Amino acid sequence: MGGGRPTSAAPSSRPFAIELKGISKSFGPVQANKDINIAVPKGTIHGIIGENGAGKSTLMSILYGFYKADAGEIFVNGNLTAIPDSQSAIRAGIGMVFQHFKLVQNFTVLENVVLGAEDGALLRPSLAKARKSLQDLAQEYELDVDPDALVEDLSVGHQQRVEILKALYRQAEILILDEPTGVLTPAEADHLFRILKGLRDQGKTVILITHKLREIMEATDNVSVMRRGTMVGTVKTAQTSPEELAELMVGRKVLLEVEKKPAHPGKVVLSVQDLRVKDEIGVERLKGVSFEIRAGEILGIAGVAGNGQSELLAALGGIQRAAGTVTMNGAVLPLVGADANGRARREAGIGHVPEDRQTLGLIMDFTAWENVAFGYHNEPKYQKNSLLMDNDAIRADTEKKMATFDVRPPIPTLAAKNFSGGNQQKIVVAREIESDPDLLLIGQPTRGVDIGAIEFIHKQIVALRDAGKAILLVSVELDEIMSLSDRIAVMFDGRIMGFRDPETTNERELGLLMAGVSGDAA
Amino acid sequence: MTKLPTWADVVLVPLISLALAAIISAFVLLGIGQSPTEAFWVMVDGALGSAYGWGYTLYYATSFIFTGLAVTVAFHGSLFNIGGEGQAQLGGLGVALVCLALPWPHWTMALPAAMVGAALFGAAWAAIPALLQAKRGSHIVITTIMFNYIASALLIYLLVNVLRPAGQMDPATANFPPGTHLPTLNEIPILNLIFTKKVPANISLFVALICCWLVWLLMWRTRLGYEIRAFGKSEKAATYAGISSFKIIMIAMLISGALSGLMAINNVMGESGRLVQNASEGAGFIGIAVALMGRNHPLGVLLAAILFGFLYQGGAELGLWTTIPIELRTVVQGLVILFTGALDQMVRMMLGVFFRPRPQARAA
Repeated sequence: MGGGRPTSAAPSSRPFAIELKGISKSFGPVQANKDINIAVPKGTIHGIIGENGAGKSTLMSILYGFYKADAGEIFVNGNLTAIPDSQSAIRAGIGMVFQHFKLVQNFTVLENVVLGAEDGALLRPSLAKARKSLQDLAQEYELDVDPDALVEDLSVGHQQRVEILKALYRQAEILILDEPTGVLTPAEADHLFRILKGLRDQGKTVILITHKLREIMEATDNVSVMRRGTMVGTVKTAQTSPEELAELMVGRKVLLEVEKKPAHPGKVVLSVQDLRVKDEIGVERLKGVSFEIRAGEILGIAGVAGNGQSELLAALGGIQRAAGTVTMNGAVLPLVGADANGRARREAGIGHVPEDRQTLGLIMDFTAWENVAFGYHNEPKYQKNSLLMDNDAIRADTEKKMATFDVRPPIPTLAAKNFSGGNQQKIVVAREIESDPDLLLIGQPTRGVDIGAIEFIHKQIVALRDAGKAILLVSVELDEIMSLSDRIAVMFDGRIMGFRDPETTNERELGLLMAGVSGDAA
Repeated sequence: MTKLPTWADVVLVPLISLALAAIISAFVLLGIGQSPTEAFWVMVDGALGSAYGWGYTLYYATSFIFTGLAVTVAFHGSLFNIGGEGQAQLGGLGVALVCLALPWPHWTMALPAAMVGAALFGAAWAAIPALLQAKRGSHIVITTIMFNYIASALLIYLLVNVLRPAGQMDPATANFPPGTHLPTLNEIPILNLIFTKKVPANISLFVALICCWLVWLLMWRTRLGYEIRAFGKSEKAATYAGISSFKIIMIAMLISGALSGLMAINNVMGESGRLVQNASEGAGFIGIAVALMGRNHPLGVLLAAILFGFLYQGGAELGLWTTIPIELRTVVQGLVILFTGALDQMVRMMLGVFFRPRPQARAA
């Protein structure tokens, strides 16, 4: 299909729910949206896909009245509509569910739904009315939430439902969801898609913004692809493939499968015996975990988030106190006391790409070069003399790493927060891999990372394995675990439920282990 | 909000904040029936119009540089050290004990010893709140404020009961031996060509300037400064990097306390030549405003310290030459702190309007 062709994928007998014509928006020198045209037919689920920074969120912010477009027109149900603020968007029947929920944590569901849409000075009539309509909505769309529960007590998936209910309560006919599954478990995501399909079948229009191909294929009717601020094209989902979409998004062919040769495991690098971790309030999160990793091997830890994987990484990375025996290259590592810290672990040859790069792996206000030295700032190569650091050497090293790992933009003096998620992750991965560790701990290597960067990071992990290093990979993305690992351990409730060979196992078997249904009681 | 270019952020925002503070001050003066222009010129003339005025302005500025740097160092470690006042008072005690201990032959020997005394006592006073924060999580803001009161009470007790020479009426130490007298600017060769009359600004000014440079070096060129800043930006990330929070809290606060304490070489040793009650005169608190306005950078601290030196000296001149009440100096200072510290985000937002990129011409 040709790039930039105008969008009309569905028969347009009905008026479009949303039609954007010639939308442009720039922030200083950066043109976030360039002459965007898009038409969303009524009663469909319309996906908008693109890499981080492609301009999806900007476009939706314009539609929701957060930004004013520099040029262009918005039509809602065929009528030219000005949307100067979100109030106007709501009046036009547009509702938005943000990636980060905007809920009052210590209010009940009912209070959150009513908030800002109260009928009069007295609360009681509004609440009663809302309770009635919540019941109706719950029946209609599988949107069950206890109206009297406090939001802070709800799971993330339920909080998201509250956001959807808020929009529906405000009579939204068009619902925009921005990266809705980023925080959901696979089961919660499935449920969300069922809800969205229910909404569509009732005649509502849903716009789904995501960078995950699988969700587009699973949930949408049409999909529009954005790349670097432009609309590359709109297609019917049924007539496209993940490969084609990926190519449209990135602008070149992308390998969705990881290419790797068989592993040649060597000697045991890391041996973990009966590792236990308690959290601050004394609850045991890691309940006796034992495994070994050999040189030239990737051990993948599968599991639903919150089953002890984070604690495992934190204990091995020296961030959290633990009990048990951990041997690295034959030497026992201290698990408590002053010697159990991140610096000592690095000196023992352990690199660590933490799960949460924005709060652990990087200091967002620091420049890229300051972050490249982070954790390695005591290394002799970064010192000018016994007193002063050699900032020039660090900057030069940063330029080199940025070139090797294709960090964009390659500006060492740019603050970490100004890089996209994928490039932030590349900075962390570059720092940890180039420190030449014997063991690399790597958590959620591609969370919030766009496709092009995922491919690159996966290649780097495999290359490190082929160089004879041991790798502990923790990920909640089952695909990632299946395609990268040489061995898979499944964690549930702080224990390893069993080890599997990725060649012989399947998602169903792993899924059962992840749910704690069956296991080898390891 | 539009992001401002660096020059606007660093130069324009403080200047506009100052202008706003000046305008409001002018209205306050009008309100009490005084002439703002007259007051302004009295302040400018008295503080900046002569070498003599500068001699006072720089004297105050010297103290503010020390306390401003103290707040800066702690702040980079996300520790809000409100205890500069108490640490400066204890620094004065350290200076007094050193100066009275020996019949010092010459200031070149007395000054280094007094600096050590001042820094040690200031650091020791910061050490207890730091330890409470690092070990027990007691909030440093609360404990340092409490330590200001304790310091003040302790000094009154010592001055009245221990250090006061027999037969002396006022609560103060004896005069320091002549060998501890620090050269004032009018006593330093070459500078005495400019400063012809006796001024209180003294050689400590140069110590303060060196401290500015050292703090810059510490924060942006050493591993310790890197660790302090990393810890200050993200305590969690610092743990990941293996940076000990205990070590950073202690060291940052000890350096901060030492810098506050060092202020005493200016006022106690350089100016009064003995330790009196409440010698620091609120300079510890002004340091917070100085650091805030100076954006926690030594160069900014230097400039902000001179501004506050001007306000102090100019305010004193107001009291001398006009009928404007001396309390008004506090009002003006308060407004400056309000606009440069608390409201500078407002100024930035207003400026943002002018720096917003122009909308592109409508595409046809």
